[in-house]
Amino acid sequence: MRLKYLLPVLLAAGLSTASFANPFETTLRNGLRIIVNEDHRAPTAVQMVWYRIGSMDEVDGASGVAHVLEHMMFKGTPSVGPGEFNKRVAAAGGKDNAFTSRDYTAYFQQIPKEKLEDMMQLEADRMRHLNVDAKEFEQEIKVVMEERRMRTDDSPQAKLFEQMNAVAFLAHPYRRPIIGWMSDLETMTAADAKAWYNTWYVPNNAYIVITGDVDHRAVFALAEKYYGPLEGHALPPRRQEIEPKQEGPRRVTVKAPAELPILIMGYKAPILRDVEKDSDPYALEMLAAILDGHDAARFNKKLVREDKVALSAGIDYDNTARGPGMLYLHGTPAEGKTVADLEAALRAEISRVQQDGVSAAELKRAKAQLIASEVYKKDSMFGQTMEIGQIESAGLPYQKLDRMLEKLQQVTPAQIQAVAKKYFDDDALTVGILDPQPLDGKPRRPTIATRH
Amino acid sequence: MKTAMKRLITAAFALVLAQTALAGVKIEHWVSSSGARVYFVESRVLPMLDVQVDFAAGSMFDPEGKAGLAALTRATLDNGAGTLDETAIAEQLADIGANLGGGADTDRASVSLRTLSARDKRDTALSILKDVLQAPHFDTAVFEREKANTIAALKEAMTRPDSIAGKAFWAAMYPNHPYGQQATPESVATLTRDDLVAFHARYYNAANASITLVGDLSRQDAEKIAEILSSGLPKGAAATLPAAPAAPKASLIQLPHPASQAHIYIGLPTIERGNPDFFPLLVGNYTLGGGGFVSRLMKEVRDKRGYAYSVYSYFSPMRQAGPFQIGLQTKRSQAKDAIKVARDILDGFLKEGPSEEELAAAKANLTGSFPLRLDSNKKILDNVAVIGFFGLPLDYLDQYQAKVQAVTTAEIKAAFARRVRPENLITVTVAAD
Repeated sequence: MRLKYLLPVLLAAGLSTASFANPFETTLRNGLRIIVNEDHRAPTAVQMVWYRIGSMDEVDGASGVAHVLEHMMFKGTPSVGPGEFNKRVAAAGGKDNAFTSRDYTAYFQQIPKEKLEDMMQLEADRMRHLNVDAKEFEQEIKVVMEERRMRTDDSPQAKLFEQMNAVAFLAHPYRRPIIGWMSDLETMTAADAKAWYNTWYVPNNAYIVITGDVDHRAVFALAEKYYGPLEGHALPPRRQEIEPKQEGPRRVTVKAPAELPILIMGYKAPILRDVEKDSDPYALEMLAAILDGHDAARFNKKLVREDKVALSAGIDYDNTARGPGMLYLHGTPAEGKTVADLEAALRAEISRVQQDGVSAAELKRAKAQLIASEVYKKDSMFGQTMEIGQIESAGLPYQKLDRMLEKLQQVTPAQIQAVAKKYFDDDALTVGILDPQPLDGKPRRPTIATRH
Repeated sequence: MKTAMKRLITAAFALVLAQTALAGVKIEHWVSSSGARVYFVESRVLPMLDVQVDFAAGSMFDPEGKAGLAALTRATLDNGAGTLDETAIAEQLADIGANLGGGADTDRASVSLRTLSARDKRDTALSILKDVLQAPHFDTAVFEREKANTIAALKEAMTRPDSIAGKAFWAAMYPNHPYGQQATPESVATLTRDDLVAFHARYYNAANASITLVGDLSRQDAEKIAEILSSGLPKGAAATLPAAPAAPKASLIQLPHPASQAHIYIGLPTIERGNPDFFPLLVGNYTLGGGGFVSRLMKEVRDKRGYAYSVYSYFSPMRQAGPFQIGLQTKRSQAKDAIKVARDILDGFLKEGPSEEELAAAKANLTGSFPLRLDSNKKILDNVAVIGFFGLPLDYLDQYQAKVQAVTTAEIKAAFARRVRPENLITVTVAAD
């Protein structure tokens, strides 16, 4: 039975590869790792440069500096002027951008394959030679504040999530928002960004993932040519801020202009550290699929469709990360229902798993979806590159991705019932509620337009 | 077992090599016996199949006073069909790892399916798709539930500054055309199950459909599948379009909101799909606000002044004249300044067009990035579905780079002068001081 499931997975992995060794990897003398995932289905490529540095490495009072530096990375080096980086990528027919998370900062270009060399040259240049110009900084910090207004301050859901995490974590830096508190952005200087860059942007704190219609040997040679001469230095010790055990439920309410309330219930949850020995993170992932993996999964079927207590209900759980884990149940009550009704309904669904477990058919269904998604994800070079980069950022080797999939396929109903009993514990729970407010005391809907 | 697997893998790999030798996208086209237009791209690299069925059944066909009907019809299509209720549909699809998607916009109602191409899975998935297209239940209880949820979501949207701005912008650009008609809690409240049944009967027919298939499939199988999906549809008649939208009179609409940022839209109706001005406008707009980080709007509004995180412009050709749109969000106190900068850039561009250097950069990016538009089945599906639905030439993708390359500065200036007239520009702000 198990082999039957695995067969399509192995096939899918074999389909786009030139050899069973794919992806290929090498490490330069300066410590930079290069991972090349050959995929020859289209004449394009993706380069992603991952730095093992994210908002969790920041300190209080300087929140957001990892993300601000990400913006400054486009502001030039002695050989590539401000704005020139984007211009060269565009001229090459490419698209580029970057993203900062709690755990890492990453930069990417999607290009026609023959332009990969130019992109490697550009990324190598800014890995060690960035100018952090004070004037450029002055403009860019305003852009970041606008980004914060757009993504967080004016988004009720994002604001709730931000404040909830600030309550759920007391000591661990996951309590700080990635984009930074507005007051920290207001006091940040170019020197802060420069210090961040100087400390953390070295080849021995980075790795590169390239997917595309390329020959790995040629890519390794280019990597040696452009990244090879860069010098690294010893990294300062990482802070170890250990989150103390939560010993009772926490609640936070956020008021914001909106029509509908939002409920988030966040439980402290395990993170996968040992692919072989750990089992709970796999069982929780399969539980999440059974509760919220398709339109007739338990939450949608029972809470939205049958009982009509929710407009929407879902679960979010990411079991790989550098820091501690959380599992979030979330939803919006249906018209005429309250947040308390929804919370009771979500709790009832968890109790049902704790008491009666899950059916073999439900688990089989979740596993079938997993198998299919392994094939579908091969359709995106970008997605494949992200997957390798992310798993590595969490400290797990990408070579274990297939093994993790096998482990998920081995999860039993008994294991799922056991994790449901173990982790949905009120003492490890933080509840966040969005309390919707009318728009400035005026009627909820602006009905009259003023024309000039 | 192991040897068999190895052989399979080797065989699959040989196919990969054969596939990459082909350049471009080969679109096969025919009309099904019931009259649906079919577009097929064979791609054997991955063992999967994508199917999309598009109907001219978007919100532009909402009857007067019944705004929201097209969207609700599409949304409840897969909540029970044929012999299956909504739970059985979702469970059977999940059992084989298939995904059903799609939605309705102003022009199109789409139903898309992604499935593994293994015969047993594919056939199950396609049989469900067929029922969803041809025999939706529109069950009364399900309909009432979805209607209530739609109304709640619309009320929520009416508290969000971006939604408020978007709705006001479309209403002002299209005062006497269905594109400007917005679903409201009140209009959705008037809808009945009979409305859905009638809308489905009128618009979900073969003459009004285009079917796109991309993936691990032979032409022969593609023909069979297209027949299965379309032969049970009524032959029907293609949707009739309303009169083309008239150009609106320039106006400024300011709406209050407590948000920290003002949301700003500037634009007007411009061209329909297939209009010959498309390529000059596309190439010109790259310099103005389409070229991401290198556009004039981005440089002046974001880089030089730090006014906004996101600022852009684009042309969105639709079945009938779709909009040209500039959008940005900025701290509410500096909204007026930001609008002035954006307008100055637009006016300057209308007068002078791009420089020779800018034109060359636009062409380099738009032609150079062409392979990135087609490097996955999903992207090929999206492109081919557009070609099929809007009736663009079958060699549209083959001609794309040459058409971009041929555009001149004079053509750009003339096309912008024809299509972007300041006397017709609508400006909407929400939460501006």
